Order: sequence, then structure tokens, then C-alpha cells
Amino acid sequence: MTLALETTDLKIELALDDDWFTVCDLTALLPGRGVAALLPDGRQAAIFRDRSGDLFAIDNRDPFTGAAVLSRGLTGTHQGRPFVASPLLKQRFDLASGECLDDETVRVTAYKVRTA
Amino acid sequence: MTATPEATEATPTIVLVGHGMVGQRFLEALAERGLTATHRVVVLCEEPRPAYDRVALTSYFSGKTPEDLSMTDMEFIATHGIELRVGDPAVSVDREAREVTAKSGEVFSYDTLVLATGSYPFVPPVPGKDAEGCFVYRTIEDLLAIEEYAKSKAKVGAVVGGGLLGLEAAGALKGLGLTSHIVEFAPRLMPVQVDDGGGAALLRTIEEMGLSVHTGVGTQEVLVDAEGAVTGMKLSDGSELAADMVVFSAGVRPRDQLARDCGLTVGERGGITVDEQCRTVADPHVFAIGECALASDGRVYGLVAPGYEQAETAAATIASDEASFTGADLSTKLKLLGVDVASFGDAHGTAEDCLDVVYSDSRAGLYKKLVIGRDGTLLGGILVGDAEAYGTLKAFTGSVPPVSPESLVLPAGAGESVQLGPSALPDEAIVCSCHNVSKGTIRGAVTDHQCTTVPEVKKCTKAGTGCGSCVKVLGQLVNAELEASGVEVDKGLCGCFGQTREELYEIVHALRITTYQDLLDRHGREEARGGDGCEVCKPAVGSIIASLAPTIGASGYVLDGEQAALQDTNDHFLANLQKNGSYSVVPRIPGGEIAPEKLIVIGEIARDFGLYTKITGGQRIDMFGARVEQLPLIWARLVDAGFESGHAYGKSLRTVKSCVGQTWCRYGVQDSVKMAIDLELRYRGLRSPHKLKSAVSGCQRECAEAQSKDFGVIATANGWNLYVGGNGGATPRHADLLAQDLSDAELIRLIDRFLMFYIRTADRLERTSTWLERIPGGLDHVRDVVVHDSLGICDELEQLMRAHVAHYRDEWSETINDPEKLARFVSFVNAPDTPDPVVAFVPERDQMKPDLPLLSIGMRPAADVLEGSAQR
Repeated sequence: MTLALETTDLKIELALDDDWFTVCDLTALLPGRGVAALLPDGRQAAIFRDRSGDLFAIDNRDPFTGAAVLSRGLTGTHQGRPFVASPLLKQRFDLASGECLDDETVRVTAYKVRTA
Repeated sequence: MTATPEATEATPTIVLVGHGMVGQRFLEALAERGLTATHRVVVLCEEPRPAYDRVALTSYFSGKTPEDLSMTDMEFIATHGIELRVGDPAVSVDREAREVTAKSGEVFSYDTLVLATGSYPFVPPVPGKDAEGCFVYRTIEDLLAIEEYAKSKAKVGAVVGGGLLGLEAAGALKGLGLTSHIVEFAPRLMPVQVDDGGGAALLRTIEEMGLSVHTGVGTQEVLVDAEGAVTGMKLSDGSELAADMVVFSAGVRPRDQLARDCGLTVGERGGITVDEQCRTVADPHVFAIGECALASDGRVYGLVAPGYEQAETAAATIASDEASFTGADLSTKLKLLGVDVASFGDAHGTAEDCLDVVYSDSRAGLYKKLVIGRDGTLLGGILVGDAEAYGTLKAFTGSVPPVSPESLVLPAGAGESVQLGPSALPDEAIVCSCHNVSKGTIRGAVTDHQCTTVPEVKKCTKAGTGCGSCVKVLGQLVNAELEASGVEVDKGLCGCFGQTREELYEIVHALRITTYQDLLDRHGREEARGGDGCEVCKPAVGSIIASLAPTIGASGYVLDGEQAALQDTNDHFLANLQKNGSYSVVPRIPGGEIAPEKLIVIGEIARDFGLYTKITGGQRIDMFGARVEQLPLIWARLVDAGFESGHAYGKSLRTVKSCVGQTWCRYGVQDSVKMAIDLELRYRGLRSPHKLKSAVSGCQRECAEAQSKDFGVIATANGWNLYVGGNGGATPRHADLLAQDLSDAELIRLIDRFLMFYIRTADRLERTSTWLERIPGGLDHVRDVVVHDSLGICDELEQLMRAHVAHYRDEWSETINDPEKLARFVSFVNAPDTPDPVVAFVPERDQMKPDLPLLSIGMRPAADVLEGSAQR
């Protein structure tokens, strides 16, 4: 099928300061789960795909524990906002904004993400 | 300005003699009735401090300061213009002139005199009783003196009297570092509250605390040295007891000397004789309340609750309101040196023709006795060691309980034990006897006064604000009433599902739903359908699907398809996430039995990958510090050596511990190791609402601690006893005996049914212990279902378990043979071989530990993290 052939070739790209950074094939992402990516400056990003196919990327580091684990959390929808729950102490982060849903004073970086 | 009227001749004066707990309550009652505004109120207080909590006196030794114990709000005293004269006791009363003379020499005229002089400690008239080193235990000043002497001059202390205060005093001396003896003239401890059986249970527990108890002996003489200091005691059996200090705590006597001196009537054995209004029979202008009063029923009450009632009665009478005190319930519930002691109603069975129902286990320090009338009426009882049922039993006193008396005293798990809930109480039953609040009043607080929480009900009814022993029953009543009155309690699993876990299980089972999305879109809350669910319901539904997989036709492999997205990170990586993002690895070691070759393999793997190793509580070995990309490499070697997943990461069977059993142990009566291995292999990989732990002991010595497990097995000469619902951890619970003397096959069949019934009906993250206590009917219901097949579902439960056993596959060997699944075990999707730089280790003892400073760079302060986690 043509559609399948086309999607297989799609790459996920993150918007960094200067340019789009290619991370991986779209097929590497399982809906509802994340992957971790190493960025050129040594930071880490957690990239997610939800069941409708939308992509999100936030910093991988859990600000509550310091461990780089957000990509391994469970995702969900809270009042229409997509989120990931840290696998360590379960705080939830809005995937679109990076805002912590359980503590508004905490926020992680959110990256623009696209397929190309 | 205060509300005090000018002290003119026209202003009536109330003089209160004594400012103890009852005196203070009397003042509050006066204020509540507005009498402090219309009267001059003078208080003559002997002690150097105003009223304090004498009931909690001993808490001084556990850190409470005299200020903490104070019950007197000086603002209250000032606001109501009360003239409180601390350290100025009354010395004489002239009833004809209606005048009281204080020690200071001042004279107060009264219209009403209230005596609340309390009681004094009884000191037996033995030689040497006034020697240096002899004390009584009544006031804060007494305690200060005891403390000073114990710290400077004493190593051994003896307490005369084995009642409530005596035991407290002995415990206090021990706490001060002294070797402590208790000498009690009666043949048992706490002779007033308990009978011989209760005393025996108490004795054992008290002795285990390191206190020496001498019952049935009296004190004949206090022995002193040349300087007149205590060296010991001579006892009535001729023996001598060496001691550096003696505390007399042999009961109290009413302080009625002031009354005697002014010609008021006193009882033969002391106490100022009063009528039902607490007015002295000799003089209508004089009242007596509290421990100094001989009430109209011929008793002197030494408890604070009746004293409070007398204070209210006297204040009401002075205000010309109708009130009377005709007697009080002597029920008490105490925690004495950590031991529950309670007695209620006719505890000693004095009624004619009454019968006893007794349960006694002196090994466990338990004693429970109920006194039953011929018609089955519960008359009273004694509880030692476990007074859990006190609130309910007391409320049933005077009525015929709805279940047999013996079932009320048996411990949970033994035979026909019944946990009689407060729902069975009649409306008129008194739940809070401190404030005389009935069940009906509490229900009314919810239904008529819109209280929705226990604190609100406490505020509204005063229930539970006295001694606090009824708070548990109160909570149960409030919840039951809330539910009954239709207050919407959303029992849904989470924001996505309005059903409970049990209901979702039934839906998945009946409709053979094999995917989470299908369940969410068809049965989720309207607003959640089509969404991504949440972190609460995803693993819960994943677990239900996994439990039912063979039956509903889903894959039993938790990383297959959509199921992979439902698993918590531990299940997703088949390992346990640790605080720095590394994982720990636990291979299964069934029954804790392991051959040397396999031990060596574990050692080699840990050494080669630089892992930290620790022996677990479940008789296996945990290897910490594995990076996510190392997990498949580690498991390839483990699987190669014959290991399989230990499911330490799953809400599933963890381990079946065992003792070494009959094979080696000279006490063993069955092969506990073999049974443990059989059970562990049968139930391995079984997904359940929470983790499952088990153990098998080879004899009644119980070395495997099976009674602290979800299902525990103990060998008997005739087979196996099966215990269920045990727990360790934060809320320990002894398992309940489900069935006895089972054959191997019977045992396994019962466990099959029990586990499947639990998986079917428990809430998410509900251990068997809480499940067993929550489900209606409790243990008896579970026994009916799984032993007697009362629901006719046992065939189905067994069939489900057979399907699980037949379809079990090791998740790790399946994973390392699946390249697609293995692709997930990488540090970075774009740099699979680069280790996560945050996962680093530093040396600790002979191994290593996570490099925590590395984690904390740019992190929030640790306190915030803890707070954040505690709130969730």
C-alpha cells in the first residue's frame, strides 16, 4: 500500500535553537509510549506519540528526582491535555507545554516536533 | 472589663474548693449557664498550678511538660472574672456563718460552696513509710520529686500497688532506667478492672517488658539504712525485696477531712454524702463533686467521666435547672504500657445467674470475657490485649447481640469469629459515653445537619472528643450513613472509568474485550472516550487483560501490541526502576532453593556488569544498577543458565518463601521446600490487583513466616493449614486460617480458587489483607465462596487458573528472542550504544551506589520532592 510506504520513510524532527534535528523513524514510536533521544548539546528529549498520531517532545529529565526517565512514563489525557506521568514519583507533565499538572511552579522544556 | 459583678452583698458568691479536672469542668459548666456573670466565683486551689490533665499524668515521663498537661485556659478564667487562688487551699468552713477560711488567712463568704477536693493516695500504715525515698504518685509535684530521686539516688524501684496507676508508675520508673518491681496484695494485677484470667494475660505481657511482678503479697515494712533512706521492703511472705525507692500507689481515698471538720455527713468508708443533685445531704448550701463525693448510689467514682457529669449536675442545680446524677458507667478502655485493657458493664459478673464466655490465649497475651445474662443479654465484659471490639460491645451492653456471644470474642481467623460492625447497633446505643452520644444522634448529624466528615460530626455532636476510644466506630458510622443517604461517592477507578476494578474485570471477562482502547471507547466515561486514558487505569486494565488472557483470547505476553503501552515502566522493561533511572534484576529462585552453580552464575553476572547485589526478604538475590541497554545482555546469560523472570517488577506472584522443612529439620513434619517450589512455579507470572507473596512452613514453629503472607501454608502432621490475607509492611496483619489439614491436591485447589476470586473482586492495588477486610462478609464470605462454593463459581475459578498455568511463558526468554522487542531496550533511540550520562555510580563499602550528587544538579530541593510524593 502506498500509504504504508510513505509513512515508513517519515523521520521525526525536533526544533532546536538553530535548526530541525532528526531523531528517528516515525515507526520507532509506539502509540502511548515514549523514547529518549540524545541532543547535540548533551541534553535529552522524551518523544511521544498519542493514539491519534500526534507527536510531542519534552525534556527527558524528571525535575523532581533528577533522573532522565520521563520517556519511560505512562501517557494519558487529563481534561483534554495530553500528559506523561513520571515513572518515579508519578508527577504528570503536560506534553504540549511541559508544565507540571501537579505543581504549577515546575515546568520542563517542551520542543516543537514534526515529521519530514 | 470583665463580666464580674461588683462584689456587693447583693451578689451571690460561689466558692469552689479544689481546682482539679472536675473543678475546672464545673467552672466551664457555670460559664456555659451564664452563672459567672451573675455570681462572684472564688476558687481555692491547693496545688501550685491550676487544673491539669491528671489522667495523662504519666505522659510527663514521655516528654510532656507540665504546661502541656494544663487544662486551664487563663483567658477563660480572666474573661469570666473567676478569682482563682492557686496555692491557697481552704483550711476550714464555718457552715453557720457560711464562710470559708483559706490558708492565707483570708475569709470568703459564700452562698454556695462546692467541694471538689478530690482524693489522696492511700499509703498503708507500715513502718518506714515516710522514709527518704518513699513517694506517692498523684500530682505533678510528686512526679518531679520521683524523677529527681530516681536520677540521683536509685537503681531499683518498687511500686506498691498493681492497679492502673501502679503499673503506670512502674513503667515510668523503668523508663527512668530503674529495675522495677510491682508488689500487689491482690492475687492479680489490676484487680478492680479485670478478673484472674485477664490478670494472667496482663501479667505475662508486663513481665515480658522487663517488670518484675509480685502478686498476692503485702508490704510489711519499708527497710531503711542508718541515714533513714530506703533500702528495700519486707513482704508478707517473709521475703525481702531490695530497692532504693518505693512508690505507693495502692489506691486513693476521698479527701473529705474539710467536710468532716465542719460536720457534713460522710460515708462509712469515706466520701461526702450527696443526693442526686450532688448537694450534701447535711447542708443545702454545700455541694460535693468528683472523687471526694459519695454519690446517691452509694459509690465513690474515681473516674473522670462521672466526675464531669457530677460537675454538670451541680452547675445545673445551682442554675435551678433540672439535673441529676444517679450513677455512672464504669466502663474503661486504657492503653497501659502499650497493652489494651478494657472493661465494661458488669465486668465481674455480679448479676444473678449470669454466664461467662471466655477466650484466653496467654501466649499471645489475650484475654476476652463476656458476661451474658440467662436470656442472652450482654451484661459486660473484660478485654485484655485486644480491645478492638470495645466500642461495639459496650454499645450492645444491655441488649441481646444479633450474633452468638462466642463469635464476638474469638480472634479474627479462629473458627466462627464475627466482626460485628456498628451497622448492627440500634439507634439508641451509646457510641460515645464520654458525651453520651447515641448512634441515632450521630446519624442525625449526617442526615439532618449535613455533616460529611468525621471532624464535622465530632464538632456537631461532641462524640469522639472525650477519651477518643469511639472514633473508629464513629468513622464507620459516618461513612455508612453518607452512603445510605445517597451522598454520591464516586467509586470509579479513575477519571476515565466510572466502574470499579471489579466491574471492569467482569466486563472484560464477559465481553471478551482484549484491548484497552476498546474498553475505554465503549465503557469509559463519556468525556474520556477516544482519549489516551491515564496512568491509573492503563496498568489496571493491562493487568485484567493479562490475568484473563488465555480465557478471552488475548496475548498473555505483556509486551505484545497495545499491551506494551499499558504497562508501568517496571513491567515495560521487565525490571525494577531505581531512583537514578537504572534498574534492578531479580531472577526467580523458587522456594529460595538454589544450586551452587546457579549462585556462581549470579555472582559472575553481577561482577561482570558491575552490579550491586543484595539478598531480598523473599529469599532471592537482587542485582542493582543495570542500565536499560544492559538488561537484555544480563538476561541472555541468566536465561542461558536456566533462570527465568522473578516478576519482582510486576503486580503478580513474587516469591513463595520456605523453611528447610522435614528433609533436614528435626522438627519438620512436611516437605515445605517442595511445596513452596510447586506453588511458586504454579502461580508464577499470574497478574493480580497487587503483588502476591507466599510462604510455606514445615511445622508449627513457622520459620517461613507464612502468616504474614497473602497466602501462607503451615504443615501439620495431617497435611497443610492454609492461611490467607496476611501482610507485613506498614500495616501488618496476621493471616486468617481458611482451612485445615489439607492434602496437597486440596491445598492447591483452594489456593487456585482463592487467588482467582481475589483477582476477580479486589480493587486496584488492594492487597489480600485489605480486600479481606473490605469485602462484605469478610473471611466467612470468602470461605463460603472458595471452600463451600456458595456462588457456584469454583469450577470457573479453577478453570481460569488451569488456563493460566497452561499458558505461562517466561517473559524474559520470550523477549530476548524477539528482535523487535529488544529494540526498545536502548538508552537513546538515536544513540543506542551511548549510556545515559546521568546513570553513574560511586564506590560504597565493597560495592557501588548511585551517584546522587550527579542527579541533583539543577534539581529541586530534596524536601520538595518528598513533599510532592507524599501528597500524591
